[in-house]
Amino acid sequence: MASKFTRSNRVGWSMAGPAAVLMAIFVVLPFIFAIGLSFTNQRLISPNPTQFVGLANYEQLLGVGVLTLEPERDAAGAAVRDDAGALAYPSLRSFTRNNDQYPQYDGMREWFSFDIGENRVFVLGRDIVFLKALINTVIFVLIVAPVQGGLALGLALLINQKLRGINLFRAIYFMPVVVSIVVVSLLWRFIYDGNSGLLNNLLGAATFGAFPRIDWLGNPGTALGSIIAMSIWQAVGFHMVIWLSGLQTISPTLYEAAAIEGASPWQTFRYVTWPGLRNTAVLVLIVITMQAFSLFSQIDVMTGGGPLDSTQTIVFQAVERGYGKQDISGGSTISVVLFVIVLSISFIQRWLTREKT
Amino acid sequence: MARVSLSGIKKNYGGVEIIKGVDIDIADGEFTVFVGPSGCGKSTLLRMIAGLEDISDGTLTIGERVVNDLPPKDRSIAMVFQSYAIFPHMTVRENLAFGLTIANAPKAEKDAKVAEAARILQMEHLLERRPSQLSGGQRQRVAIGRAIVRKPGVFLFDEPLSNLDAALRVDMRMELSKLHADLGATMIYVTHDQVEAMTLADKIVVLNAGIVQQVGSPLELYHRPANIFVAGFIGSPKMNFLKVRVEAVDATSVTVGSADIGKLVLPRANATAKVGDEVTIGMRPHHLTVGGAQDITGRVVLVERLGNETLAAVVLGSGQQIIAALPGDIDVAPGQELHLATQADRASLFLANGLAA
Repeated sequence: MASKFTRSNRVGWSMAGPAAVLMAIFVVLPFIFAIGLSFTNQRLISPNPTQFVGLANYEQLLGVGVLTLEPERDAAGAAVRDDAGALAYPSLRSFTRNNDQYPQYDGMREWFSFDIGENRVFVLGRDIVFLKALINTVIFVLIVAPVQGGLALGLALLINQKLRGINLFRAIYFMPVVVSIVVVSLLWRFIYDGNSGLLNNLLGAATFGAFPRIDWLGNPGTALGSIIAMSIWQAVGFHMVIWLSGLQTISPTLYEAAAIEGASPWQTFRYVTWPGLRNTAVLVLIVITMQAFSLFSQIDVMTGGGPLDSTQTIVFQAVERGYGKQDISGGSTISVVLFVIVLSISFIQRWLTREKT
Repeated sequence: MARVSLSGIKKNYGGVEIIKGVDIDIADGEFTVFVGPSGCGKSTLLRMIAGLEDISDGTLTIGERVVNDLPPKDRSIAMVFQSYAIFPHMTVRENLAFGLTIANAPKAEKDAKVAEAARILQMEHLLERRPSQLSGGQRQRVAIGRAIVRKPGVFLFDEPLSNLDAALRVDMRMELSKLHADLGATMIYVTHDQVEAMTLADKIVVLNAGIVQQVGSPLELYHRPANIFVAGFIGSPKMNFLKVRVEAVDATSVTVGSADIGKLVLPRANATAKVGDEVTIGMRPHHLTVGGAQDITGRVVLVERLGNETLAAVVLGSGQQIIAALPGDIDVAPGQELHLATQADRASLFLANGLAA
């Protein structure tokens, strides 16, 4: 029979109550509001009454179109080339602005384009900045999740040994986690500085000046990568600790049994350690993914989304739109889209890492 | 098949000596049990044989080789752990074949050896299951099967039955005995349970505080314990010890006496005791009978009826308490006065230093 304590719901609820109430007020309720606002044209401060606009916000945010254009041809039907030999195409604006024949493209802008034969395929989007933010965030997640998870596991395996002074290393690896991300971002802005930043100086010294100085955060090609590297460094210690707790749940006798069977270090990892970390792996992956999707502070402090929108992210856009531009319905829509993405990915990860029976 | 020889084996942890110089010879095919109270060093000794603990001093020989510095896999041993140490994410078949898998053995060889082990242990029907779907006894059988697949010279068992319930323990004990008869392999078995030791062993090694107390066959230990520790450890209920004084010694007998037992003539040739010595007489509860030549008189304070026998705790005149194992349906009750006699030829005598006289 269950004891009084495990049956009593009243005690349980009274303990969970304060946290549950706060969560409800500051997480659940605002999110329900956000879902509601995403179907309106509400602005933060506006004299106009709020109107229900249906899915218009979502169409505005996610609307994409594909337009294939043939090159301009002369009377004989041959494609017209300019002096450099490049093909000339009709103006895109003639399709996306006030063209009654193509109402679906109205208001869209070019996202990117590629050529198939002589034809050029334009991928159009209604909200190019958001689409860039989406892609940047996905890139960020795709790189950070495996690299940070893998590095953290490597560190955990190194730390999980009985060696003198190992606690010092544990503390060192964990230190960036307890420093505010804003402070870390400010510091790394100095490190990445284009003129006399630590990174440029180090690379210069290591290559005897052969390495060119790079404005890491000011260059569209390196800005996102720089933020990725710094983000991985900052939180790797946190995930190391989670891996470490997983490692310590694995029974030492399993390692002894493997040693008696003659397993090499790699085989021990493959057959004993990794299977024993399955649940931890799910947790670490989901946590990293969710944290990576919510990338904001680093962007806000280090680049503000630039240069040339190369570091725009979903959450940065949500904040920028909702508060910067006071377009609270647009910001809410982005939040809901992010929620759906993260939820789907969590489900997919859980399914992929499920225990096969 | 292999003989095992321990010579001057010592183990230090820091400055503390845990194993204080152990010499044991185990013949090829012998079933040897290390028994002793917890903390006596028996598991440490076994783990040193397995190669899971370093040997601080002494020589360990398995077969013809000194194996002090060989890794576990090269010592021709297999080990079965108390906690089974089977890999939870592998099926029974994969567990049995683990050693072969990591040695990259061909599939045909794996299948043949697994089938052989499964046949010996009668668990062919369990091969595709996972450990979580097995009972404790079945799990331990898998662990034993994994040991069999290794075809080791020496099987090491570290309290393999301790996690099983009483009924299953009896069954598994018989199976182990049968397995030993079938395989004819050398087996070293650690337990704190003297019943397991008595029933399984060809040879019992009694350990206490890192020192071998006595090595011998089960009945040798039972009938001729070398010292008071072995006498108290082997046999259930425990041997009764009473303080007595030596009253006479001649070539073939020792006469002892006390207020509790009167005079008792023990047939002992060349006894080392001297007249006037304070010694301890040891009487097994099962050697005490109601009525008879001597008169050991006391009051019954507790009666435990086990059906086949009745254990009566009797307090003697001096306040010392003894246990008598009496027939199952004898008519005794607490408070009653009981007159007991022992069999003088089966009593043991211990000098003040604890050694048998």
